[in-house]
Amino acid sequence: MYNHTVARLTYKGLLGRRRALLLCALPLLLLVVAVAVRGLTGADDEVAKGLLGSFAMATMVPLIGVVAGTGAIGPEIDDGSVVYLLAKPLKRSSIIVTKLLVAIGVTVAFSAIPTLLAGYILNGNSQQIAVAYAVGAAVASVAYSALFLLLGTISRHAVVIGLVYALIWEALVGSIVPGARDLSVQQWALSLAQKVGDSGAGITSEVGVPTGVTLLLVVTLGGTWYAVRKLRTLKLAGEE
Amino acid sequence: MTTLHIDHTSRWFGNVVAVNDITMDIGPGVTGLLGPNGAGKSTLINMMGGFLPPSTGSVTLDGKPIWRNQEAYKEIGLVPEREGMYDFLTGWDFVLANAELHKLPDPAAAAREALVTVEMEHAQERKISTYSKGMRQRVKMASALVHQPSVLLLDEPFNGMDPRQRMHLMQLLRQMGDQGRTVLFSSHILEEVEQLASHIEVVVAGRHAASGDFRKIRRLMTDRPHRYLVRSSDDRRLAAALIADASTAGIQLDWDEKALQIQAIDFGRFTELLPKLAREHGIRLYTVSPSDESLESVFSYLVAA
Repeated sequence: MYNHTVARLTYKGLLGRRRALLLCALPLLLLVVAVAVRGLTGADDEVAKGLLGSFAMATMVPLIGVVAGTGAIGPEIDDGSVVYLLAKPLKRSSIIVTKLLVAIGVTVAFSAIPTLLAGYILNGNSQQIAVAYAVGAAVASVAYSALFLLLGTISRHAVVIGLVYALIWEALVGSIVPGARDLSVQQWALSLAQKVGDSGAGITSEVGVPTGVTLLLVVTLGGTWYAVRKLRTLKLAGEE
Repeated sequence: MTTLHIDHTSRWFGNVVAVNDITMDIGPGVTGLLGPNGAGKSTLINMMGGFLPPSTGSVTLDGKPIWRNQEAYKEIGLVPEREGMYDFLTGWDFVLANAELHKLPDPAAAAREALVTVEMEHAQERKISTYSKGMRQRVKMASALVHQPSVLLLDEPFNGMDPRQRMHLMQLLRQMGDQGRTVLFSSHILEEVEQLASHIEVVVAGRHAASGDFRKIRRLMTDRPHRYLVRSSDDRRLAAALIADASTAGIQLDWDEKALQIQAIDFGRFTELLPKLAREHGIRLYTVSPSDESLESVFSYLVAA
């Protein structure tokens, strides 16, 4: 399923352009804030939870997911270079699965790992808060990558739609409106974070672990399956 | 021996018919797909390349459909018109990646050979973003040749090339054709096509207008009736004098234009006759203009033929 050449082309495209700067900016900001907060207020579980929950999980992870997920295929479809992948005796599923793995790798590297580091900086992983949010971020990375990779294959405006989803739905509506929270990758991932963190840590999620895991699987597998389907019948209309 | 078979194929986009019931076979050798811009050439090539399903009819390679058949790409090499091609890679990395994607046993050797064939080995370490249009075109060619395909499809390959690059690519394609490969390229320039293609397919407004070698196409184009618009000091008298000669087939007094619409069937003789007759009859010529010299009208004549 995994094609080494497709992976190389994908991560070179993802990390080579201006996207690399974009991918570095948010994690860097998180770490800087973490160091500053630790310096100013000392180790505090509530502060750590606040920063990791509202900034890392609610904003950074979905944004990195948008950049990596849509960036893994969108630009190639836009500029037509995807032809060089498609005009090959390659299984379409192996193209999508490889791109998904690269997108997951990049999202985890630029969101889950910085979350873990920031957690250790903030309170030294007291009450497992750092590990819990890192696990949540990693699990969310998988679902976001699949979701935004699919978006990249079906729309030319994938980045805009992705940003609207990440910022308005996940960060705003998903944190405020109770009903909407059930339909949020963030909340599903938090159900696992809640499980990993100590009970005293007070990490909460709208959904239970079984529901959260089921929905994450549905989004990831369903998204990937549909992306393969879209790629199989990708039409390149003439320029004329 | 590989043959592309297009059988009663149409393709429409919403209400627009881009390709209208075309049937043609493309066999070994170099074939030129000639037609004005917007005639449906790219749509045809996209269907032959498996990037567009026909709305009706079939497009097959040795009997197997190309749409949704990724195995067909073992036989097909594609040189797209669009420029997108992983600009952040070097020429070498790009061609090598193409060789690897074809799962060739020795991708490095295949990439090296393809780059030598298109004479790009001197610039293979440079990034594609630094290449000129002609260099990009040649690297695209290398990527299409890397697996030694028996069918080569090129969409407007000469666009934006300088004369030297053009000659080089023509030589290369001719060589591919001589090796027994099926080479199809599209162009809207007759001179380009007749220099290179042993066989020409003409497409106009989505329809298959003519087919044959360049002599046949050339003859169809020059032998057609030429239409002229003429204004003079005495249109009626000039018309009477002209219609007496066998070089004209019809003359109309156009009252709206205040001019003569003349249909000449012997182009050479008519151009000599017109000034001679005018002088003999003391008629002044104000306007003499061909009313249908655009390539488009030449093509549309062919559709009717």
